[in-house]
Amino acid sequence: MPQIATAPQRFNPGDHVRVRREAPAGHVRTPAYIMDKTGAILRVHGAFRNPEAIAYGGDGLPAMPLYLVRFNQGEIWDSYSGPQNDTLSMDLFDHWLEPA
Amino acid sequence: MTKVHDRGGWPTGDPIDTSDHPMEDWELHIDGLRAVLAQKGLLITDQLRRAIESIDPPRYETMRYYERWTAAVELLLIEKGVVTAEEIDRHMPSAETSA
Repeated sequence: MPQIATAPQRFNPGDHVRVRREAPAGHVRTPAYIMDKTGAILRVHGAFRNPEAIAYGGDGLPAMPLYLVRFNQGEIWDSYSGPQNDTLSMDLFDHWLEPA
Repeated sequence: MTKVHDRGGWPTGDPIDTSDHPMEDWELHIDGLRAVLAQKGLLITDQLRRAIESIDPPRYETMRYYERWTAAVELLLIEKGVVTAEEIDRHMPSAETSA
């Protein structure tokens, strides 16, 4: 398989990250309820063509690193009443994350 | 900004009905149509999602799952110039009769 342009992997497992709050028009792969929340990188899936560009006919390059990020449910929902150690894990692309 | 597809059940906090139900014939047809269009390179999943998400929220709320697919496939095929809205409108009466 030929090499494709890939954005640098900025985070590693264990790194703490905050999800950016942005409201671009159109298709995004980050739900609003997770924006501004802080989690930890659980796994690096690899780099994938950006679906937010492919959705409009683009080639999705450069490929963006995709991470599995774990959050505490109690931090996401204001009135979360489940067990304190409940977590939610979500796949998030590099460009949605910043160091926390 | 929270979008209509942002979270299952949004905007309410009510429990989601997760009971299983059989697919109806027309739903299977749409599923098949999507698969064929994807095979022919005319439809990409990311584009389908984008098209579904572009449905006006009040209308989105009233539509069933495969109705959203249908509207999105129509939008994308018109956008790509595969068919025109006029062609679809012209064939609707016979399609409705045979349904």
